[in-house]
Amino acid sequence: MSLLELNHIYKIYGDLHALDDVSLKVEKGEWVSIMGPSGSGKSTMMNIIGCMDKPSRGEVLLDGVDIAKESAKNLTAIRRDKIGLIFQQFHLVNYLTAVENVMLAQYYHSLPDEKEALEALDRVGLADRANHLPSQLSGGEQQRVCVARALINYPEIILADEPTGNLDEANEEIVVDLFHKLHDEGTTLIVVTHDPEVAEVAQRTLVLRSGKLHKEIVNENFTGKIHFEDRQEVQVNA
Amino acid sequence: MKKQQMYIRMITASLMRRRSRMLVALLSIAIGATILSGLVTIYYDVPRQMGAQFRNYGANLILTGTDGAFSESDMQQSLSVIPAGDLVGAAPFRYENIRIHEHPVVAAGTDMNGAKATSPFWRVEGEWCSADGQIMVGKNVAESFRLKTGEMLTLSFTPENADKDTADSTLDLEITGILDTGGKEEDYVYLSLHDLETLAGAGGLDVCEVSVSAQSEQLKAYTNEIGKRTAAVSAHLVKRVTASETTVLSKLQALVLLVTIVVLALTMICVATTMTAVVTERRKEIGLRKAIGASDRSIIGEFLGESMMLGGIGGILGSVLGFVFAQQVSLRVFSSDIRFQWLLVPLTILVSVGVTGLSSLLPIRSATEVDPALVLKGE
Repeated sequence: MSLLELNHIYKIYGDLHALDDVSLKVEKGEWVSIMGPSGSGKSTMMNIIGCMDKPSRGEVLLDGVDIAKESAKNLTAIRRDKIGLIFQQFHLVNYLTAVENVMLAQYYHSLPDEKEALEALDRVGLADRANHLPSQLSGGEQQRVCVARALINYPEIILADEPTGNLDEANEEIVVDLFHKLHDEGTTLIVVTHDPEVAEVAQRTLVLRSGKLHKEIVNENFTGKIHFEDRQEVQVNA
Repeated sequence: MKKQQMYIRMITASLMRRRSRMLVALLSIAIGATILSGLVTIYYDVPRQMGAQFRNYGANLILTGTDGAFSESDMQQSLSVIPAGDLVGAAPFRYENIRIHEHPVVAAGTDMNGAKATSPFWRVEGEWCSADGQIMVGKNVAESFRLKTGEMLTLSFTPENADKDTADSTLDLEITGILDTGGKEEDYVYLSLHDLETLAGAGGLDVCEVSVSAQSEQLKAYTNEIGKRTAAVSAHLVKRVTASETTVLSKLQALVLLVTIVVLALTMICVATTMTAVVTERRKEIGLRKAIGASDRSIIGEFLGESMMLGGIGGILGSVLGFVFAQQVSLRVFSSDIRFQWLLVPLTILVSVGVTGLSSLLPIRSATEVDPALVLKGE
């Protein structure tokens, strides 16, 4: 059984088909990128997989449970227990320190454990910045705090929406390296991006266009490392 | 770490690290709590303050003999019903018809200190009598007989049933003051009970005017108790004084109560508006909390905790500042200090927490309606 399975998903707003009969499968431990231009349905798909929205039609099986049929309350619980979210805008609570932001996810999940939160920050190379407020951290550091927060509860899936969208190349590399480590440890990663360099790093890239799954590219030479010098255009066939 | 510890850490961080934002909310709560606490202090202290003011308008309890005159010991027995703290003063009066230059005049024998306490509105031109051998004459009497302070005045008294051969008793007294009250007292002369006894012989008291610092209900209770304890004396309320005191007091308290309710409503509106602004400003944070797994209950609990903590701090500030406010009002209006009501401190904090929590409920409820997918949408 796949960890995540989308079967004939539709998301319709009036006359607009944000997602139009999309089906896909993600296996446990897989690293998948979802790519596409603006308006292609990436965010809608991200919201549905992240249990923040429901499809108009279709079936979304996460660990065998159809989350499309779950109540808002249950979706919150699923999000809390199974999904680690990373956002383009970082979205940290600005009056909590780095370690408190990580502990926030523990607080909603089970019990806050400062030691464990500090270890998570250490994993992303921010042990010495644990007691800094987000305003005292650089963009790259803030995103690494988000990664620490996303992985603290050992989620089934880490779902990252444009995780490198606001980062320079150096920080982009650090974040992708972190994803590589997480993948090595067996974490399932779904990265929504419009950046081909970030998308190419994954084992598999799904290309969306106008709400439809346009193409699937399997990375035969998967290394999990980003190489700016080897940058190549992803060919998308119409 | 326990969940509660993290909860406290979060709401404390929110208040302490967002000081400038929270200061506005705290200010509105503290001002509301100050006015509330101040007004309630005044509300409870008004009867005492007004009672003191009303005592300037004369006695509010009259003792008379059930069967004519009564003795001083009867009077003392009656007065023992009233606690010393409530008894402002008691003035016994014995009235006799005497003559000045062969013209009849009413002489009142009294205890001058008692009369001073029960009738502080009496205006004396000259001095109050301070010893035997002295007399105060009413303004009309002084005008009729062209009397002046410092002069000697001879009073004559003819006992009842005296035959023609019995000589009148006389007494020479020094006029120390002319009494100006605007009332019937101006037609009388006032001397000590001892001097009157010297002039007119032994006799009982006709009336005793008593000034008591107590509410209408308490006065009625004293009246009944006096009636039970001393058969020779019956006590009556001076309805003109007690009724107007009750009326003014109830109207004043109603006014203070009304203002308190208005302030309470305004505070609630102010807090609700501030909390709405806080919730609107923190929509992204709420969305994030929901996205990482916060239930609606958690969101409500966190915001309610913040607002109630604000309410608590505002309440502490309000109970201190409220006393200062009430003190200033009391000094300016009643020219006297106000008593610090310790009970009002926890009460103000509780009301402040309650009002803040209550007025935050609607804005906080709207926080649970935030859609994380919408507010966290990337650019």
